[in-house]
Amino acid sequence: MIHINITDLWLSNYLCLLDVLAASQNNSNSGWETKAVEFFQDQLKERDTHTLVPSLNDVPLHYLKPNSLVKFRCLIQDMFDPEFYMGVYETVDPSTKTKMLRCGKYKDVTECGVDFNSRNTVTAERQTFYCVPIPGENPWVKEISSSCLTEARVVPSTSYAPSRQKRSYEEDDDMDTQPQKQREPHAGPHSPSEHHGNGDCKRQETEAPSSQTASASHLDLNFPLPGEKGPSCLVKVYEDWDRFKLNDTLEVYGILSVSPALSALADEKDASSSLLDPAESMETAEEQRVHSPPASLVPRLHMLHAKPLPHNNPLLPSIPVLDKESTLTVVILSSTLSEMASVREEILSYFTHVLLGDALAAEYLILHLISNVYSRRDVLPLGKFTLNLSGCPTVASYTERFYQIIQQLVPSSHYLAMSLQNMNQMRLVPKKDYVANRLVSGALQLARNTSLFLDETQLEQGQLDTTGVRNVTALGNLISWQKVDYDFNYHQMEFPCNINVLIASEGRSLLPSDCQIHLQPQVAPSHLEESLSSIHMHPQASSQLNKFRIYLSMARLLDYSISDEVTKSVEDDFVDMRKDDPQSISAEDLHRMLVVARLLSLSLGQTSLSRDSWLRAKHIEMLRRSRMEQHKCVNGNEP
Amino acid sequence: MSSPTSTPGGRKRGRNTNPPTPSSEDPTSPPSQRRRGQDSSTGDLMPMPTSPATDMLSPAAPQDTSLFSSPRPSVQPNEVDMSSPLMYGTPSSRVEGTPRSGVRGTPARQRPDLGSVRKAPQVDLHSEPPSTDGAVASEPNAGQRLVIWGTDVNVGTCKEKFQRFLQRFTDPNSTEDENAGLDLNEPLYMQKLEEISVVGDPVLNVNCRHVQSFDAELYRQLICYPQEVIPTFDMAVNELFFERFPDSILEYQIQVRPYNALKTRNMRSLNPEDIDQLITISGMVIRTSQLIPEMQEGFFQCQVCAYSTRVEVDRGRIAEPAVCRNCNNTHSLALVHNRSVFSDKQMIKVQESPEDMPAGQTPHTTVVYAHNDLVDKVQPGDRVNITGIYRAVPMRVNPRQNNVKSVYKTHIDAIHFRKTDEKRLHGLDEEAEQKLFTEDRVQTLKELAAKPDVYERLSSALAPSIYEHEDIKKGILLQLFGGTRKDFSQTGRGNFRAEVNILLCGDPGTSKSQLLQYVYNLVPRGQYTSGKGSSAVGLTAYVMKDPETRQLVLQTGALVLSDNGICCIDEFDKMSDNTRSVLHEVMEQQTLSIAKAGIICQLNARTAVLAAANPVESQWNPKKTTIENIQLPHTLLSRFDLIFLMLDPQDEAYDRRLAHHLVSLYYQSEEQMEEEFLDMAVLKDYIAYARTYISPRLSEEASQALIEAYVDMRKIGSGRGMVSAYPRQLESLIRLAEAHAKVRFSEKVESIDVEEAKRLHREALKQSATDPRTGFVDISILTTGMSATARKRKEEVAQALKKLIQAKGKTPAMKYQQLLDDLRGQSETAITKELFDEALRALADEDYLTVTGKTVRLLA
Repeated sequence: MIHINITDLWLSNYLCLLDVLAASQNNSNSGWETKAVEFFQDQLKERDTHTLVPSLNDVPLHYLKPNSLVKFRCLIQDMFDPEFYMGVYETVDPSTKTKMLRCGKYKDVTECGVDFNSRNTVTAERQTFYCVPIPGENPWVKEISSSCLTEARVVPSTSYAPSRQKRSYEEDDDMDTQPQKQREPHAGPHSPSEHHGNGDCKRQETEAPSSQTASASHLDLNFPLPGEKGPSCLVKVYEDWDRFKLNDTLEVYGILSVSPALSALADEKDASSSLLDPAESMETAEEQRVHSPPASLVPRLHMLHAKPLPHNNPLLPSIPVLDKESTLTVVILSSTLSEMASVREEILSYFTHVLLGDALAAEYLILHLISNVYSRRDVLPLGKFTLNLSGCPTVASYTERFYQIIQQLVPSSHYLAMSLQNMNQMRLVPKKDYVANRLVSGALQLARNTSLFLDETQLEQGQLDTTGVRNVTALGNLISWQKVDYDFNYHQMEFPCNINVLIASEGRSLLPSDCQIHLQPQVAPSHLEESLSSIHMHPQASSQLNKFRIYLSMARLLDYSISDEVTKSVEDDFVDMRKDDPQSISAEDLHRMLVVARLLSLSLGQTSLSRDSWLRAKHIEMLRRSRMEQHKCVNGNEP
Repeated sequence: MSSPTSTPGGRKRGRNTNPPTPSSEDPTSPPSQRRRGQDSSTGDLMPMPTSPATDMLSPAAPQDTSLFSSPRPSVQPNEVDMSSPLMYGTPSSRVEGTPRSGVRGTPARQRPDLGSVRKAPQVDLHSEPPSTDGAVASEPNAGQRLVIWGTDVNVGTCKEKFQRFLQRFTDPNSTEDENAGLDLNEPLYMQKLEEISVVGDPVLNVNCRHVQSFDAELYRQLICYPQEVIPTFDMAVNELFFERFPDSILEYQIQVRPYNALKTRNMRSLNPEDIDQLITISGMVIRTSQLIPEMQEGFFQCQVCAYSTRVEVDRGRIAEPAVCRNCNNTHSLALVHNRSVFSDKQMIKVQESPEDMPAGQTPHTTVVYAHNDLVDKVQPGDRVNITGIYRAVPMRVNPRQNNVKSVYKTHIDAIHFRKTDEKRLHGLDEEAEQKLFTEDRVQTLKELAAKPDVYERLSSALAPSIYEHEDIKKGILLQLFGGTRKDFSQTGRGNFRAEVNILLCGDPGTSKSQLLQYVYNLVPRGQYTSGKGSSAVGLTAYVMKDPETRQLVLQTGALVLSDNGICCIDEFDKMSDNTRSVLHEVMEQQTLSIAKAGIICQLNARTAVLAAANPVESQWNPKKTTIENIQLPHTLLSRFDLIFLMLDPQDEAYDRRLAHHLVSLYYQSEEQMEEEFLDMAVLKDYIAYARTYISPRLSEEASQALIEAYVDMRKIGSGRGMVSAYPRQLESLIRLAEAHAKVRFSEKVESIDVEEAKRLHREALKQSATDPRTGFVDISILTTGMSATARKRKEEVAQALKKLIQAKGKTPAMKYQQLLDDLRGQSETAITKELFDEALRALADEDYLTVTGKTVRLLA
């Protein structure tokens, strides 16, 4: 436990450390800073250290110490313009006239008495990202990841009071007029309740931020999905921000800054004093509001380190910091790979039950849930597997129940009812708002591997207006090319995405899909209602649920290859099939069969295609196609 | 010419009304990481700036620690001069009828773009400590020791250099449109000065590249210290101008506006080192603000003794004098708005152009301030190159608090705007947006071009995920390069189309859309629309009322937006006739005429069209002609240079290769693929380079080959009584041959180019213009919509019918049905009702008979 305390101590002192270093090194800021960050990263690499860091996702903002180290699991929703700040500056004490070098890095506000004419000032550049919690993250993910962190929550809370005292000590020491008083009342009232991490407190904690957002409803936090909650964050990035892309999911480790001085800026805006100051008339009121929202609502996070998240499933062993996925595969291979086939059986029978006894559809559902765009060849995304589940019963809100089950299994998902009203009114595609200078999010701005459930049974007859047509086109583009064209008013910009789209419809969907399967309930229509209601009644042991969750996330992360012999036999098969009936199989069919074979192998935990899997893939494809033939006459959407 | 005493009046009176205050370095500009002047190559000028700095920071001097120091009230200069009408040049204060001319007569206008007050004290090097004297003495011009504080700029030398530049600089191979009508062998800028004296617009635009080629040192100073150097240039040019044209009258003194600073091209690469330097960035205007009146000078009057004083704006603030200097009352001065001086200012938001952006990032924006006459020069949506000074200002958190947000606000003070899309509308040429290639890149491209199989390489690099269809890819490759643009407007034919149009038709699921997507992603100015979703308006242009300004604005559609690019139209067959009809003009004349809401104009739409169409019966019917299969008007079809069929070949060897290709797609790693094919970026650059720099012309030999090819094509048809080629086909051939020459980076079209063009054209013809009844290539399917055999058949039936009627003798009227039955009985081949109707119509056209209802009457 000793190292924990060291880390903790060090974390709370980080900023002071920087200042001291800045002062002692006297402007030759070459080595010390990288050393500090390296030290920090080493600390994180040690097992479990990162679980000690409190997470903004779970801990309400007012429980966190300002200027402490926190982490945040998030999606980059927007990128603001780079800003210049005082990397190193000099302060002059008005009374003693002593000068002191300060470090401006990882801070929003300078100390007072800045000497603007100092030659030691170094201007540096940093970039701001607007980050939101991962959209559509399901409740179970949040629950589990916050329970993993119980330890982390206890640690800061026990050490809370003393270290806070210590901080104010230092402030008095060398930060004299820091607006400490304003910060006190903000953090003050809540501190007593925080010491007890029991159930009561938990509820209070989870409710706190929601009331916070409600009170501040005038401020649109710009979540991609409606009804989302949670803190959004302005993340300040100091190093190679070019490597981050929009919609990346990250776990950011950084220093929390909630200085009330930041919000003071926004309030001051209304004052007429801005008239003569060119710096302030530069931005419109909206832009001000968006780019410098009150820090109590949108805290600032100064990034020390960020690790990209290949998945956000808290049950999976987290990837060691700074290491590649390859090591992950090794870890998994040894432990769970052998079990995958058996878990697959279980999940298959579960899905068969959910899909009213249709085993083939259940098979395809598994394949769909583990699909993943693993590569792109020029414009062609490889590995996508959009499933159109047609023939869904419209009674007893089957689709909604079905979605609830999926929600229980995948880390993030979103249910989009394709009702006429939704299509005509919703904003699916993100759009740039030039007045506020931000990217207004839309429902299609989703993190990778999010399951998007399109419920077409909600669609009724009527007219789509311009927005509706645009939305349907956007969905079509998403499915066919796995990209969304963001609307930048004067031009469009294409952003690739990786979203699993599942369409539930009565007949064939009006949207394109990679694979359509018609549901064949094995239940008599008279018993339909009954068996439907029994679906979610089925209590799933949480251990089994967790097994399924791990299974689905892991199958997606596996590597895959095809050996030369299998390639050869696949080619032969294709040629043979074409010989018999050239109309029966096209290049497109081969594309699909290859994807099915790939997903089938992965679902069985096999990392290379075997002859058996190929035959099995062919077999289930054949079954599906023959079923489609039967239903061809039934639905009118055939070309 | 400039000893300390003879500092030119214009400058001194115009800008240096206040003597230097001690804290003269502008504190609002943060020092960049690199200290100013430290990188200067002239080491002998170095020691100078340190001296005032130490002086300034010495504790003896009363140090004002607040952010905005006020000018010391004790040093107000001669008031008489301040209020002189010449000084401020307000029209009312001018003396009527007195001709004003010469430097001293013309009022100087403030240049807020260079910083409101730039009190640039000059430092006399003689006052330097003796230790530096040695270095100074090495300077050739011992008399000129004045340097602007903080820089290494010597006003005298700088002025002299610039005057020399103006007087001597010539640019014999200038291609800029601005220089049109100027004698390229005469000093360029002297001609421009002459123009100013005639036109009276006192702005001199100076291309920084010219300065650089003339005097690199001067250029460096201009880039590093624009705030000091540009006023010096102003002085220089005014002296020169009024010396040369002493009688000319200008509204105010000439202002120099440098442009095309090569410092920065991309907004993304701006960094703290660029602060206070002259930069040029390109971008797109996204928002402009209302006009902001900015106070330049406050006019204060004492309430007690009516004594008035003026205070200049100092870093965005006007310091109200606390004490009246006349009556010594405190706080008695009040601001008089009417007599204060204001200047125009506008905030402009500029966004990175989409082409400059790395994938997966959002565009950056920058704030630009336009001053005085640059206000309202640009509108939202314009693409501009902006030259200006990059500024950074610290933000105050709270006026009552002393600590500052550690962030600077950055903006650019615009000095010069240059619209890049203005030319596009006027159709001069596209050189303005020429891509800059590095030497290395050009070298690789040239090496690539030298390879004998470059054509095959490039075509296989095109959409590697799509299997085979080699000829189609080649066709699209040639389309990407395009032909040479020719201008025949002298002879009344207007522009000759240089773009190659291609139509792909074929079975669904033959990756047509994928090809289109690929092309759309490849070309910088691509547009992708679907025939199903686009209206004529969406393709052409529409007039919209701007919600803010209530002005009517012309919004351009896909075709205009893809000017100089490729417009990909998917589901071409699903397009309404109305929409398709607008394509007629675009696809041949390459223009778009609009008459809407009182706006009548002709826009350029030099776009190549790549269209994809599905057959009417969803499957291609090999028994029908192209026209019958896709049901497109032949007028439109004939405008396509190449029409390809994408059909399933249904052949075992092909299947095997296809299967191999697809499987490998799924298991090869990214790196393996990279090795096999050319990088998309290289391909992009290759095309861009060829399009900008290569414009091949027909060689003698090639033209002969073309003539032969054309004659051959016509001969093939004439043998069977058909015409198989029209002049349009010859034009297509020429375009294709030129494009092929471009692929080879060749300035000359040679016979191999013609051969390939012929081959490709034949391939496309074979696929699309084959008469399914005879199996021969017949171009008339495309040009008239009916194959020659079908036409011949129609005529035969008509003749047979005529004979039949004549055989019946003198019966003026006949029953329709009976006639049909008779004809059927007589003819050996089957006569359909349609055929019969057509025959009747043909006879009716000859005025032989008329058809009314069910009766057929003979005429005459």
